[in-house]
Amino acid sequence: MNLDSKIPAGPLAEKWTNYKASQKLVNPANKRKLDIIVVGTGLAGASAAASLGAMGFNVDIFCIQDSPRRAHSIAAQGGINAAKNYQNDGDSVERLFRDTIKGGDYRAREANVYRLAEVSGAIIDQCVAQGVPFARDYGGLLDNRSFGGAQVSRTFYAKGQTGQQLLLGAYGALSREIARGTVHFHERREMMDLVLVDGRARGIIVRNLVTGDLERYAAHAVVLATGGYGNLYYLSTNAMNSNGSAAWVCHRKGAAFANPCYVQIHPTCIPVHGDYQSKLTLMSESLRNDGRIWVPKKKEDAEAIRTGKLKPTDISEANRDYYLERRYPAFGNLVPRDVASRAAKERCDAGYGVGTGYAVYLDFADAIRRLGRDTIEEKYGNLFQMYQKITDENPYETPMMIYPAIHYTMGGLWVDYELQTTIPGLFAAGEANFSDHGANRLGASALMQGLADGYFVLPYTLQNYLADQINVGKISSTAPEFDAAEEAVRQRIENLLKNAALRQAQEPSNMQTVDHFHKALGKIMWEYCGMARNTESLTKAKQLVAELEDEFWKSVYVPGAVNEMNPELEKACRLEDYFELAQLVIADALHREESCGGHFRTEHQTADGETLRDDEHFMYVAAWEYQGHGQPETMEKEPLNYEHIQIATRNYK
Amino acid sequence: MRFTLHIWRQENARAKGHFETYPIDNISAECSFLEMLDILNERLINDRIAHPVCFDNDCREGICGMCGLYINGRPHGNDDGITTCQLHMRKFNDGDDIWIEPWRAKVFPIIRDLVVDRSAFDKIIQAGGYISTTTGGVPDANTIPIPKHNADMAMDAASCIGCGACVAACKNASAMLFVGAKISHLALLPQGQIEAADRVKNMVAKMDELGFGSCTNTYACEAECPKLIKRQNISRLNRQWLGSLFGRDRKE
Repeated sequence: MNLDSKIPAGPLAEKWTNYKASQKLVNPANKRKLDIIVVGTGLAGASAAASLGAMGFNVDIFCIQDSPRRAHSIAAQGGINAAKNYQNDGDSVERLFRDTIKGGDYRAREANVYRLAEVSGAIIDQCVAQGVPFARDYGGLLDNRSFGGAQVSRTFYAKGQTGQQLLLGAYGALSREIARGTVHFHERREMMDLVLVDGRARGIIVRNLVTGDLERYAAHAVVLATGGYGNLYYLSTNAMNSNGSAAWVCHRKGAAFANPCYVQIHPTCIPVHGDYQSKLTLMSESLRNDGRIWVPKKKEDAEAIRTGKLKPTDISEANRDYYLERRYPAFGNLVPRDVASRAAKERCDAGYGVGTGYAVYLDFADAIRRLGRDTIEEKYGNLFQMYQKITDENPYETPMMIYPAIHYTMGGLWVDYELQTTIPGLFAAGEANFSDHGANRLGASALMQGLADGYFVLPYTLQNYLADQINVGKISSTAPEFDAAEEAVRQRIENLLKNAALRQAQEPSNMQTVDHFHKALGKIMWEYCGMARNTESLTKAKQLVAELEDEFWKSVYVPGAVNEMNPELEKACRLEDYFELAQLVIADALHREESCGGHFRTEHQTADGETLRDDEHFMYVAAWEYQGHGQPETMEKEPLNYEHIQIATRNYK
Repeated sequence: MRFTLHIWRQENARAKGHFETYPIDNISAECSFLEMLDILNERLINDRIAHPVCFDNDCREGICGMCGLYINGRPHGNDDGITTCQLHMRKFNDGDDIWIEPWRAKVFPIIRDLVVDRSAFDKIIQAGGYISTTTGGVPDANTIPIPKHNADMAMDAASCIGCGACVAACKNASAMLFVGAKISHLALLPQGQIEAADRVKNMVAKMDELGFGSCTNTYACEAECPKLIKRQNISRLNRQWLGSLFGRDRKE
């Protein structure tokens, strides 16, 4: 495995400039002879395809949904970071870079993060030019708010729908290119395999989700922008169709998978309330600007609330424990997500939880008294409405109940500085790659990274790769490699349906649906490989997942046929991949004998329950290589060299 | 809770559709409408009754615009300002009959059961529902001040999720609210002025070409919009369109 990160020479602040000055270019007449496949139409995919199409490349873009506008980036609420320093509060590229590295608990690659901070300002310019209606002040200039892990206000927002507005901006740019004919759009397609020709990524096999047909597409390069694998845990804030399979099939074909155990658990989600529940809904981190998080100080009060004898408003100020403000006076309610999540779990495990026992309060009473209900409504109205529709409680009158939930995956396909994976010609962007967030992502940085990758990184680095591909000529999808890949996918699908049909004839009463197994897998992962992990729990998870997979193959029932719209079959294919992915997440978590960011090993913590890193032994990226089904994967290390930043213990107190 | 569901079943675009009745019980009032359908599907599969009911859904938090069912004669069901995935069973009475249909509009042909093809919306946007910018080379964001009032109105219009409830609610299957929302979003911003006349002409022409009907002026679209997009956006669309007829054509 070649883990050359290809970081350009020179001082940190000049690396990207140097790269751009010396990279190879493709002349305009040659661009239209080069084909690029982009999988996924979220912020990273749509912005990449629109930019590459406008440059003159010939782009094919694919999505699972019926329209590019529905990718799950649309659900991001709070905002997007950028080092504009419009508030004159001391922000700079350097400061955003440092906050991001620190927020990621010193487990991200310096050069990538610096570039991210460097292009962040241009993203805001681009979005405003597209007509994204960011919030403004009365003078007509752009407004900002604060997010976790920062002491400046650098987050740009559009009400509680920032992701929606940014995605619609990118969707507009993409629509323009589709109309111009530079981008060809393929809806309701799921990527089933990556096709390699002579070791390079040259195409994909997709399943048409309406007809069930397998289709093949060839290109000079493939960009994967298919998001994260949070739905491995079944209950998460991800959309129902978000999945890890596109990245996983690339991993099977040789792309290294980096830091899979870095999973982000978001502190403010609406708590779980029933077995039938299909997903968890996020309440934006921006709410922590004005909301205060607390639980009762006395266990008996918490108990009385749980049994309905007391209401939260009955608890006097003196009897409330604002535990984040107590433990982290410097950052208060705006500590990073991993810190806030663990603190909530600690209180609930100790018996102070409210609701079902696994919930804490997010209270706006103070803010409403200070700013008035109208201001709060203007800032967070749609979030309050969303909360009320789901829970039937009015957050203007009673505090919200929240609890941590799986939200984002920092791990992903290993990429070098050019966002190229270990497979030449296969690039990964946005949440699908691992590169910028280390062991914990800061709020409002996912949108920044997705758009940075798509608008301002890939258009350069992809061109550098394609410059010597002009002589290759058109890639043919009739090559034997395509035949073989398509046949393998066909057999895999038929196997799932055939097995199920056979076994149904034998013992119909023992069959279970795909969701039954997915829920069981999610429970194992949440329980034993979730917010807190240790050798014992992880060893147990490993065994339970293996047993569950056996059970899956013995008794899963997938109804319907291949050649029709068949959502159960789609879910079965994804779950098959999740079993392998789960084992890798567990293996990575087991091997990393330290706590950092979202990865909390209970064996490695300070006296007051904070993460305890081991920089001497674990300051590296763990890149895993697939070795076949059921085989343990092998791991190689990419050392993290911090030349610019001073390594420190993360401290938000 | 217990319900009698009457669901539109149709194997594919060419097949003839019909209602099937499925009784369902033991449903929690806290359950969302789509979770109730998940439970139904689980039972249809486990008891080998029928192929599970196909319905579009994704984010399940009211923002992606993927879900959309006609429930007891109303798009997104009997609650205001929400999508189907945000509808909860506590809005129904125990023992209710619930009729579930796909969007009813010729421009949104049925793919299977409750799933329809809304690609016509994408085609309207492709006809000009954007500001033509290529990546890079744009001015600093704060060099374009925009009055807060305009920015807020643009944001309200831009919050359309493209679900198609407005078309489904309209007896003419008109897309005026959808198109009006996009036209308004861009017309209210200085960046959108340069292409404004062409934009409105091209989008309206595409809307007509695709077979969307004309406005009935009864505003069922506004009443059923899950994002509470206002009918004033239709007035602005009409003004913009009229203005474009008298304005100087950019091509001249």
